[in-house]
Amino acid sequence: MEILSPEEIVESFKTALGASFVNAKIYQREVAVKKNLFQSIWIYVKRDAFRQAVEHICKLQEYPHLAVISSSDLGDSVELIYHFTIYYGHHLKELSLGLCLNLPKNDLKIPTITDIIPGALFTERETQEMMGVEVVGIPDNRRLFLPEDFPEGVYPWRKDEKGPYDMLRVLPGREKK
Amino acid sequence: MKNEGMKTTYTIPVGPIHPALKEPIRLDCKVDGEEIVDVDVVVGQVHRGIEWLGMNRNNPIQNIYIAERVCGICNISHPFAYIMAVEQAAGITPPERAEYIRVIIAEMERIHSHLLWAGVAAHEIGFESVFYLVWRVREEIMDLMEYITGNRVTKAMFQIGGVRRDITEEQFPRIRKTLDYYKTIFNQLKTVFLDDRTIRMRTRNVGILKKEDALKLLACGPTGRASGVTKDVRQDQVYSAYADMDIKAITPDVLTETIVGDVYDRIVVRLLEVKQSIEIIERCLEEMPPGEILVEPKMAKLLNTLKKAGGEGVGRHEAPRGECIHYVRLESGRETLATWKIRAPTYVNLMAVPTMLKGAQIADVPIAFASIDPCISCTNRAVVVDTKTNKKSLLTNEELHQLCVEKTRKLSNELAR
Repeated sequence: MEILSPEEIVESFKTALGASFVNAKIYQREVAVKKNLFQSIWIYVKRDAFRQAVEHICKLQEYPHLAVISSSDLGDSVELIYHFTIYYGHHLKELSLGLCLNLPKNDLKIPTITDIIPGALFTERETQEMMGVEVVGIPDNRRLFLPEDFPEGVYPWRKDEKGPYDMLRVLPGREKK
Repeated sequence: MKNEGMKTTYTIPVGPIHPALKEPIRLDCKVDGEEIVDVDVVVGQVHRGIEWLGMNRNNPIQNIYIAERVCGICNISHPFAYIMAVEQAAGITPPERAEYIRVIIAEMERIHSHLLWAGVAAHEIGFESVFYLVWRVREEIMDLMEYITGNRVTKAMFQIGGVRRDITEEQFPRIRKTLDYYKTIFNQLKTVFLDDRTIRMRTRNVGILKKEDALKLLACGPTGRASGVTKDVRQDQVYSAYADMDIKAITPDVLTETIVGDVYDRIVVRLLEVKQSIEIIERCLEEMPPGEILVEPKMAKLLNTLKKAGGEGVGRHEAPRGECIHYVRLESGRETLATWKIRAPTYVNLMAVPTMLKGAQIADVPIAFASIDPCISCTNRAVVVDTKTNKKSLLTNEELHQLCVEKTRKLSNELAR
């Protein structure tokens, strides 16, 4: 397996995804006494090329490690970040690769990647119940952490009217926020 | 007898209070006779909304202490990953000495956690004497942690931009004394766990996870390494003082020359990692650079910097159970975190449980499940549902544990004969 530098990885994404590639960031920092370089990459892609981007990561390393999907409510849109690590198993060569997508609030849909990475199931289920992003084609549609009697249409990670703010306990003598 | 309509598969929900580690999780085991056909993992019984607190109530410094309480056993791993994420987001570089102190504390935690697990595993298969032995041995490292940090469990050592307490020259002899104690006792532990014939029979070829499955299901930590996946954040990623040391991920073949990926291999990996941790601490003591331990000792000033900062960061740390990752997003002018995502290693290792348990017996459930060292939080009962008559029968924790113990007794009696 050939190990590419972060710049080369960004270039390879540019050529593989073409117009669907939006942007990329490389973060570097020197660490501890020997001043080895900690590096991480953030790659922003459009939704239509999302699965293509995941397949491209699988070309960099056959089994990339998907740690988790994080989601942020940015007001008009939701940002999903798929936190991958590639090149693990090689001494100090591992790279954190965040695959970032921006989804508009009126169309919160993302295709599943469980057919490419079976282990993505838990985090996809969590994203679905916590952020209200519909994962299209998910093999197991149940909730993961939230109880069965949790109301429909309330998503704990949202900062808009769909957040759980009506469910908060208001202490005696306090006003509701 | 081969009539399809007559086929009896039972569903045995083990949990939500589980016999293995006293933490709530439910395993719905579909069984055909004694053999497990399928397993469904149901989690969420202890969801406490910790991420929500960090995003809505607490400021980034208060979050360190919340992160510490995500888990009692990994109470170093979570703050470690969390502060690394915040430091990356806010552009803070911790002093070199602090990086070494962080590693020393993190490795001490690994020793205590692996010993704790070894005790639990011995208890699961009915070796109470080994359980008492291991937990007595573990007290030594707990005492050392109390000596250094002032606390046995939640140690509150971490701070954004460094650590809160120094480890001084005067403390070195006390640390070395404990490390020497573990070096002398290591071979005894190895004999107890790896050479005992009954333990070998109960753990060899039980709960096998093949390398390919481990890779696909993203297994990490000792669970993944026992299957031959050479993934160890300490080896792979440049972070903290680990970057200065040549750490090599431990796979069971260094000792046994084969990789089976069963419970036995997971014991091998954890035992060898205790030794590795001792070596890492010794090296840290030798090479620890002098200097400051905190970038910004004034908390109000640090809080102000964090409030102004905007950005995002990811912190990864190899917890005793595997990779622990925190993602943090800071927004300028916002007092709390904008986004906080925590992923503990058990989150991914749980996905490997159905694969591990398929084909095993009910009596193997406690030890096979405990072998991933799950960290969820406890089980009192298991309900046996007869799918044909829909009758429920109750299998208590004690009964399930008894089943597991009886299997061990049966095997050792057969050996003695």
